[in-house]
Order: sequence, then C-alpha cells, then structure tokens
Amino acid sequence: MTDRYPGYDVLAKRNSPSWNDQTRRVVDERLAIDPEQHRFFTNSEWDTVRAICDRIVPQPADRHNPVPLAAMLDEKLHTNIGDGYRDQRLPPMREAWRRALQAFETEARNRHDKSFHELEPAIQDEVLSAVQSGHTRNTSWGDMPPVVFFHKRLLHDIVSAYYAHPTAWSEIGFGGPAGPRGYVRMNFDRRDPWEAAEAHPGAENRARQENARVG
Amino acid sequence: MPESDNPRAINGRAPDVFRTGGWVPMRQYSNDTEVDFAIVGTGAGGGTLACKLAEYGFSVVAFDAGPYWRPLEDFASDEYHQSKLYWTDERIVDGENPLQLGANNSGRSVGGSTVHFAMVSLRFRPEWFKARSQLGYGADWPLDWREMWRYYSEVEQALKISGPVSYPWGPKRPRYPYRPHELNAAALALAQGAEALGIRWTPTPLATLSAPRGLAHPCVYRGMCVIGCSTNAKQSVLVTWLPRALSAGAEIRDLAMVGRIEHNQNGRATGVHYHRQGHWQFQKARNVVVAGYSIETPRLLLSSATSRFPQGLANSSGLLGKNLMVQSNQAVWGILQQEVRSYKGPPSLAITEHWNYTDAGKDFFGGYCYMSQGPLPIVWSGTQSAKRGLWGERLLAEMEKYNHQVGLKIVGECLPQERNCITLTDERDGFGLRIPRVTFSFCDNDRRLIQHSLGFMRRALEAVDATEIWDETDDTCHLNGTARMGDDPETSVVNADCRSWDIPNLWVCDGSVFPTVGGVNPSLTIQAIACRTADRIRQLAARGEL
Repeated sequence: MTDRYPGYDVLAKRNSPSWNDQTRRVVDERLAIDPEQHRFFTNSEWDTVRAICDRIVPQPADRHNPVPLAAMLDEKLHTNIGDGYRDQRLPPMREAWRRALQAFETEARNRHDKSFHELEPAIQDEVLSAVQSGHTRNTSWGDMPPVVFFHKRLLHDIVSAYYAHPTAWSEIGFGGPAGPRGYVRMNFDRRDPWEAAEAHPGAENRARQENARVG
Repeated sequence: MPESDNPRAINGRAPDVFRTGGWVPMRQYSNDTEVDFAIVGTGAGGGTLACKLAEYGFSVVAFDAGPYWRPLEDFASDEYHQSKLYWTDERIVDGENPLQLGANNSGRSVGGSTVHFAMVSLRFRPEWFKARSQLGYGADWPLDWREMWRYYSEVEQALKISGPVSYPWGPKRPRYPYRPHELNAAALALAQGAEALGIRWTPTPLATLSAPRGLAHPCVYRGMCVIGCSTNAKQSVLVTWLPRALSAGAEIRDLAMVGRIEHNQNGRATGVHYHRQGHWQFQKARNVVVAGYSIETPRLLLSSATSRFPQGLANSSGLLGKNLMVQSNQAVWGILQQEVRSYKGPPSLAITEHWNYTDAGKDFFGGYCYMSQGPLPIVWSGTQSAKRGLWGERLLAEMEKYNHQVGLKIVGECLPQERNCITLTDERDGFGLRIPRVTFSFCDNDRRLIQHSLGFMRRALEAVDATEIWDETDDTCHLNGTARMGDDPETSVVNADCRSWDIPNLWVCDGSVFPTVGGVNPSLTIQAIACRTADRIRQLAARGEL
C-alpha cells in the first residue's frame, strides 16, 4: 500500500459544516467501540474471527486508529439486524457464522494440525482461498456451500464494516460526511479545500500540507 | 427517536419534515370509523394516492410499517447508519439469480423507498405500454401513453424535477420545471464517451432541487442520495405528497404493520388488521388499497387467504405473486488518470436512453439506458469484494483507486416470467406473519440484453481512455410486477384503474401492477399511475360505481 493521501484525516472535519449533529453522534459511537468486546462470539470463535479479519483487510501494525473489525462484526451479530434478505442456501446469519468458524477451525486442524489463528498469515491466506473456491476438506460446513458463505456473508460482513470506519475513508481519500456543506468543485481534477489531496510523485509534501488544512 | 417502537404520528399531529423538532396538525380517525380508503404503504404508489384522494375529499388513513422521519435531524451523512431506511426483515431469496434486497430496492419508512431512491425520474417510451402488440414481447398495458404523458407532467411538476430544456428521445414533453444540475466528472465521462460513439446523452431528469422550493434548499451535491437526503433537496414522497396529504386531511399511521385484510360474506373488503403500539388493531374501511411494492403487496394478499379465497385475495387468475420483474443493473468500470471523485453530486447525473429508443441492431427484446455512477465506499467495496471476489492486499490496492474509478451502469428491461415470483415460506417473522420467498432467474433474452450493454459500455469507457476495465455482471435493481394490470380477469390481477377483478373495493397501487418494466427507473411511472388512479376513483365515485 502506498500512502496516496498523506496526512489526510477525515475526522479533522468533525466540527466543520460537513458534519451535522446526527452524524457526529453515530460516528462517535463507532469510534468508541471497544476492539476487545465480543458478546456474540465465544472466546475460541473470537480468536478465529480476529485472525480472519486480519487477513481479509490487513491493517498496518502501527496504525494509530485501527478499524475494530471483529468487534464491529460481533456487534452486528449481537444485535442480529440483517440485510433484508437471505440466500436460500445459507442458514440465518448467526448460525452461518458459527458454523463457518467451526469449519475454518476444522480445516486448519485437518491441514496443519493447528488452530486457524496460530497459522502463519500466508498459510491462513491459503485456507481462505481454498474456502473461497470451494476446495475444503471437512464436513463442518454441513449443507452450507462454502463459496456462497465466503462471498455473501464473510466478505460482505467484514468488508462493509471496514469501509464504514473513518480510518478507511481517510485511506482511500473519501470526503466522508458532507452535510450540510456538500461540495462545489465537480469537474475532473478539482477538489474542494475540504477534500483529500492526492500525492503526486515528487509532490508528496505539498499534498501533506494541503491535507493538514482540510477541515 | 423513531428508532424505538413509538410512533410519532399520534395525538393529532405528525412530524413536520421541514423543521427540526416541528409538528404539523393531523386529522385522526378511530378504528371504528369506516374511512373511505385504508391505504397500506406510503411510498411512490400509496403516498401519492393518499395525497390525491384526500385532496379530492375522501377520508384516508395510510399505514406504513416504517418510522416517520424528519430528515434534517434524523439523517446522518453515514452509509452504515442509514441502513435504518431499508426493509431489513428476513426474506428468503432463491432461483438461478437470487436477488439482493434491503438497501438495493426496499424501503421501510414513511415515504417508502423514495426516501433513499436515486431520484432518477424518467418517462416510459410510449411503445412500451403496448409492448406485446407493437414490439412483440411481454404484455400490453391497459393504459394509453398519451394519457400517461399528461400524468407524467403532473408528477414532474409536483416534484419540481430538474432536467434539460429539451429531451433527446421520444415525443415532445414540456420543459422540466427546474434547470438541470451541474455535471460532475463521472457524468462528463459518460457524455464524452457517448459523443465519441455518436449517440446522444443528456443531464438526467432528477427529483432533487436545483433551486429553492419553499422551506427546502437546492441540492448541495453531498452525494449521499441513496442513503437519504439530510438537507431535504430530494423530492421524496415524504417531503412532497405527504405534507400535502396531511394538509388535505389524511391520517398517516407510522410504525403500523398491516398483517391481514378482512372481507365480509359478500366478498367485499371491510378493513385491515394492523400491529401498532404493541397490539393488533382493526381499521374499518369502505375500500382497501394495497401499496406495499412487489414483495409486501402479494405477501399481504396471499396472507389474507380465507376459505372463500383460498389462494389469497384478488387471485382468481392465479397470477398474484407471479411475473416478478427486476431490472438488470450491470456495469462496466474502469480507471481514469484524472481524479473523478464520483462521490460528489447525485450519483447519476448523466444518462443515455439511446438503446431504449433504437431497435435496429439488437438481438433481444426490450431496452436499456445507462447512467454515470457514484458509489459510496461501502457499496463500492461490496462490488470489489463480495461480487468481484477481492480481499486482502488486492482489495486494498483496488479500493485505493476509489477517486479515479468511473463507471457506466444500465437500468435494463427484464421480461416478465411466471416462474419469477413471490411465495410464502412456513417461517414466521416477529409479527407472526409468514416470511416471503423471492424467486428470480434471468431468461435468455435478459442475458442477451446484458451482453449487448456490457459490450457497448466498454467501448464508451475505452473512448475516454479508461484503463483496467472490468464488467460487473450480477447486479439488479428495482422491483415490479406480481399483481399485473390488464384488460382480462383471466390474465391479470387488477384492471387499468388498479382495481382488483375479484373484490371490487380492493385496489393495488404500486409497482406491482406493471405488466412490463421497460428500461427506465420505475418511480415516476408508479406516481403517474397513482395520479391516474385517483382521478378514476373520483370519476367512479361521482357515478356511484365505487
């Protein structure tokens, strides 16, 4: 990963006219999530799901405000508010996750005689890829097709949680909350002073300076 | 907060959608008062009809399962939080191409899914109303396009649609009430691609303000249209038809889930059973209108089956719940060297309807338009991960190009098929109501249309020097059909007036009545049909034929 938007922090706009009270409230709640909290997952499931999250969306070890992915997923499953539809091939969301985490654990044991979370990252990736393409070697999945679970539940739930977080918005240069101020400059290669500045080769410092003024 | 189970529209008042903490007076009816119309659903069909019927002097109670929002205080600029606008109760999806519901096409709010729709407000091509006899596919509508043209104008005025001075396709239409919006870079890319390929394009007619209107401000190009407009520029049913409905004396009951329609020994509907404030109640009505959209409408009518109507109400044709249609929503995406930042402005600012109005050179029936795109990060990451299969460093690398991505996406016609349908499962929801099953598969014609569009849009992106072009092949949008209108009780559920053939005081007024879908977003047509239905009801009432 390159640092395409050096120094850009979407939270610098928190007190600007780009955020309304309701937005401050809901984003503050998200930022206050305890990364260790899990009310749905058991402790052993928690080890597995954290390891999966770390591979699906790897985050820099030195990140100062990492996205608490596993805790966000736990919150979704704890509240059990779904997406409004369920593929016929999958059981309800909670059961699907429980069964899948057991299956990942079984898969790791069968292949490497270790828990999934004890495997090297590259080996974890191999297991994840195997599940994504349906090449698993255990019966813990039951009648749930691993490929469908992987795309419609695992990727959907984890990745949508990641891009719901301000840290991810800053990473991709998204403007973030924008009401009521909105935007003015709409054409190609135009940015409002409250948008992320992209680093161009040789001009990274300039982008960093502009991003320090975003607010 | 309406996130709780406490309705807001009670005690003789309803939320003022234009003022933080504000209220407007609301007339109320007791359950024992036999109102002229009980309307189930307050979206594009039910909300519009509630307004028009109240203005014509009928007594109206409109029910909605969702909360009554005040956008200025309730809506965040936040994709995750705003999922509160979607219908998130469980529905089972199957078939060869299981649909995505929820955020994609289902709303649970007073105002229905128009509270989070993309505001694209298009007229049908006239020939589509006679698709079978003039174009050789699907079914004919029992409506005449010239009559619909007048109702389209009424809706465009009611919503102060912003659009071009002259529209490039179809018969003459009036100038749009408000000027078109400024184009963002994503829209300019569509324009340049279309011009390079020698086809016409136009700024999209949109239901978001380009100039002030009453207490509502013009669009500030916040770009978060599909998660609910927090500035009230969006001309949803919530801020257009419903304030008018309240002024005219309609009652709106929020957080009121209708579970069953009652009928008497004569086979006439007598009212609706609904759940509100923790218990089931019964509202008496002379007429019942079902306006719950293509899943909840057949679900309610099927759930209301009795010994007299064992297949469900209004289902002597056996077609209730069948001919469910969506629209194909495939896209071609690429990367531009310039910054596009498509999160700014309404997501679909430019459109071409070339392939809706051009029949030559097609190996399929029907048409499609395509529009510029502005996906927000969660939707965009879902496209890259759940659909494209990326994760790990590859996903992050792809997402980092967010501000340079550009895309073209169709709204494509899918043909009606009886095998695509809504049925009831044996699972029950929190109200004790049976959960619906939604079955959908594309047909060969649908797939040929999609292939044609992907090939054409790829050329359009190549023409603007996009690189890393790829096809998103499995998306759909909108819902239509399941209670089709027609001229024959054997082959349709309702007549041209949206009146059921079987139960004369039972009506359906939403996208369910569409016999075909065309290649444009359906909301303007749903509202136009509601306006027509209201006029017809007034005429029938005047003649004593209700």
